[in-house]
Formats: sequence, C-alpha cells, structure tokens
Amino acid sequence: MNLTLKIWRQKNNKEKGKMVTYKVQDISDDMSFLEMMDVLNEELLKKGEEPVAFDHDCREGICGMCSMYINGHPHGPERTTTCQLHMRSFKDGDTITIEPWRAKGFPVVKDLVVDRSAFDRIIQAGGFVSVNTGVSVDANEIPIAKDVASEAMDAATCIGCGACVAACKNASAMLFVSAKISHLGLLPQGKTEKNRRVQRMIAQMDAEEFGACTNTGACAAECPKSISLVNIARMNREYFAAKVASEA
Amino acid sequence: MNWVVKTLTSTLGRKLIMALTGAFLSLFLVVHLIGNLQLLKDDGGMAFNIYADFMGHNPLIQTVSILNFTFIILHIITSVILTRLNNKARPVSYAYDGKSSAWSSRNMGILGTVILIFLVVHLSNFWGKSKLTTFEAGSYVPYVTYGEATMQNLYDVVAISFQEWWLVALYVVSMIGLAFHLSHGFISMFQTLGLNHSKYNFVIKIVGYEFAILVPAMFAAIPVFMFLNLQGGLLYLFAGIGVLALVVGAMVSNGHKQQLAV
Ligand code: FES
Repeated sequence: MNLTLKIWRQKNNKEKGKMVTYKVQDISDDMSFLEMMDVLNEELLKKGEEPVAFDHDCREGICGMCSMYINGHPHGPERTTTCQLHMRSFKDGDTITIEPWRAKGFPVVKDLVVDRSAFDRIIQAGGFVSVNTGVSVDANEIPIAKDVASEAMDAATCIGCGACVAACKNASAMLFVSAKISHLGLLPQGKTEKNRRVQRMIAQMDAEEFGACTNTGACAAECPKSISLVNIARMNREYFAAKVASEA
Repeated sequence: MNWVVKTLTSTLGRKLIMALTGAFLSLFLVVHLIGNLQLLKDDGGMAFNIYADFMGHNPLIQTVSILNFTFIILHIITSVILTRLNNKARPVSYAYDGKSSAWSSRNMGILGTVILIFLVVHLSNFWGKSKLTTFEAGSYVPYVTYGEATMQNLYDVVAISFQEWWLVALYVVSMIGLAFHLSHGFISMFQTLGLNHSKYNFVIKIVGYEFAILVPAMFAAIPVFMFLNLQGGLLYLFAGIGVLALVVGAMVSNGHKQQLAV
C-alpha cells in the first residue's frame, strides 16, 4: 500500500520543530510499523536526507523503548506497542500523523525521540526493594497468596514506555507510578518500605512536573499492557495513609 | 513546610481537596433539593416559606452555609491551580489528538463555569434579595404572616421569577451542565479517595449516575412545573423521576455487564 506520512521533525531540543510530509510506496500488510519507518529512512538516506530519529530496542513489545504518537493515540490505533503494531491496521491511501510523546517531563531529544529519564529518577526515588542479598532463599519460602501475586504481576507488566503520560490530557504519570508502587508494595519483600516509597516517588513525580490526574481514564484505555486504574486508587490510599500515619 | 501543607499542595493532595469539597457540595445539593421540592406543594407557598425562614435563621444552618461558600471557593481555586499546572505539563500540544476519554471528564472546567455563572444569577436572584431585605425597607421581598409568625414571602419572589421563560430556560440548561459535571465528578471522587474495588464498583457507578441525572432533573423540574402552573405536581414529579431512575439504572447495569464481558 501507499501512504502519506506527516512526521514531526526537530533537529534538537533547542530548535523548533515542524510537521513534514513524506510518501512511502509498496508497504506490505505484514510489516510492523517500525519496519515501515525503516523503509522510509532508507529512502531518505538514499536521497541524502537526514533519517527520522525514533526510539526502539527489542521490537518484541517488552522493553518499552518504542514511543510514537500515531494518529492521535500513543502506539497507534491498536492496544499494543508501536513495534507490535502492524501495517494491516492501516489501508492504502491513508495519511498517518506521527508525533513524539508530548510532556514537560519528556523533552524532545530529536524528531520522535524523547528523554524519558524522568521515569528513571522516579524509580530511583523509591521504586526498589532494599535488601541485603545474602544467600538466596529457597523458592516459595515466603508464602504469597495467589491473588496477591497475580495483582502484583499485573502491575509489574508495566514496561515504562510512557504511553500513559502521552495519552493523558494533563500529561500525568500517575498510572506508571501507581503500577510500580503496586507491584512492589503488594509483595511481602516490598511491603516494609511502602510508606517511604509512595511518598518519595510521588514527590519526585511532582518535581518532574508531570500533571495531576483528573480520572479521565485515557491512560488505562491506551496502556499497551492494560494497567488498570485500580492501581491509581491504591496509590492514593497508600499515599494519604502514609502521610497521615507513618513516621517516615 | 509542615507535612499538612506539603501533602495538600502535592498533586495528590490537590485532588483530595477537589474530592472532599465535591463530596460536601454533593451533599448540599441533596439538602437544598429536599427543601426546594416544597415549592411544588399546593399550599400557596406556606411550607416553603416556613422552611426558608428556618434555614435563614437557624444558627447551625448559618454556620454550615458559611462552610458551603468556603468549599465552593476552595473547589474553584484548587481547580484553577490544578488546571494551570496541568496545562504547563504539556507545553506543546498534539497536532492530531485522538481523545480516548469521555467528553465531560475532559471539560469539567467548562461545565464548572456554567455552574458558576448559574450560581451568580441564582444567588443574586433569591439569596441576595432575601439578605438585603430588611423589615423596614421591605423593598425586595414582601412579608407574609402565618398565625403568629411574620416572615419573608420568598415563595412569591420565586413564583414571579419563574414566569419568565428565559430564566426557566437558563435553569434547565444549567442543570444539564450540572448533570454532566456530576456524571464525572461523583464517581471520580471515589477513585481519588482510593475507593476502587471490584466488589463495590458497580454500586458506585449506579449511585453515581443516578445521582448525576436525578438530582439535576428534579432541580430543573421545579422552575418548569412552576412556569406551567403545575403546582401540586409533586406526585407527577416523583412518578417521572421513578421512571427515569429505572431507565438510568438499566442503562448503567447494561453498560457495566458489557464492560465486564470484554
Ligand atoms: S521496541 Fe521494545 S517494546 Fe517496542
């Protein structure tokens, strides 16, 4: 199929960017979205033009590096990552608008690449379990109920891609932060630090200037890993409880 | 900064203020509505006037009303601060924005402004007139005597006001705005307070939508009934509201089932 692409081009963080229109021909249905971008970039290289910069790594939907805002939705029309989006979701003659994630906390580095190190700093603020790793314990030594384990696992499927921030009208990072807080705080190893964790991570989230949640639910609707709003409610509970009652 | 201020000025803390003030204001709506329904009693306004006189003079009610105004202002100020911060969080907007949330959830500010404009008109029309009226001057509100007691005849003021079609229309439109505001706000309040649980979500949803639709519908019905001179229409109102409640309930539970099926 033949497509028209409108892509955000921006040299670097300093310069202003703009939308540029390109055409690609003979795109196969079976290509992934990123392969289609590769085809475009090869053509640009042949013409001696600068290829479009975009993030990607595993191309298997597990690393969370790919990040394109396609036709008004993070990762495009399907509920998956950009690398797992296939061209069969589009039809011949379509115009596709591709933009970077838009958020104060995610400054554009170049073209479609944004700096998501704000997420790393939020994790560094408390998204970990501090244990002295001595001898490894036997498997199943710490009993964890199946439903608790499942809930923690559901939250742990968050790949930190930032689609929630991109989708939210307030560029709020609460779905991401709440997923991390839930996945660590639900398990016995992480529970001991939960009061400190929730307060520090939220303080860092605010410091990175992500917006506040207004419960529109756009994040959960767009999340490629189907992280649920239940996590945000849990984070709110833990935060208020920690603020009111904890020593730390 | 002490921990209370720090908590309440965090993004989560500001949401908490929105939720708690919203909860109080929702409660106020119910009390206000129950009082107002007496306007539809066919007694020449006696029940309503006695009720209004009580509300205007009871010290406890007066204290609560100060609280009410404070919370309205707090709700507005916090929302303005939050909106500004949220706009700053996305300095460059999307060229193509797909929108994956409900319209009312994204436009609470617009809906809130409709309600605020309504409040100004509504308060200056009735509350302001009543407060500015003194026994001697008697300029805004006439007086009426029931047995021993003499009081302002606010019923008359209301009844005359609601002979104007445009004022009735303004009330109806504002109540539609309120319904959409509540359709997001009421349920959203539970989420902010951390009350999101698969066992109770259905109840929250049903109560939320019933509240958001029935309360404004009853408020809107009062000026409409009075405009059409349907005094003593309480029975019809309740019958209509009952039917509406069933329809809303059926729609919400149907939607809920479909959501679970996905
Ligand atoms: S490239 Fe790894 S998730 Fe898409």
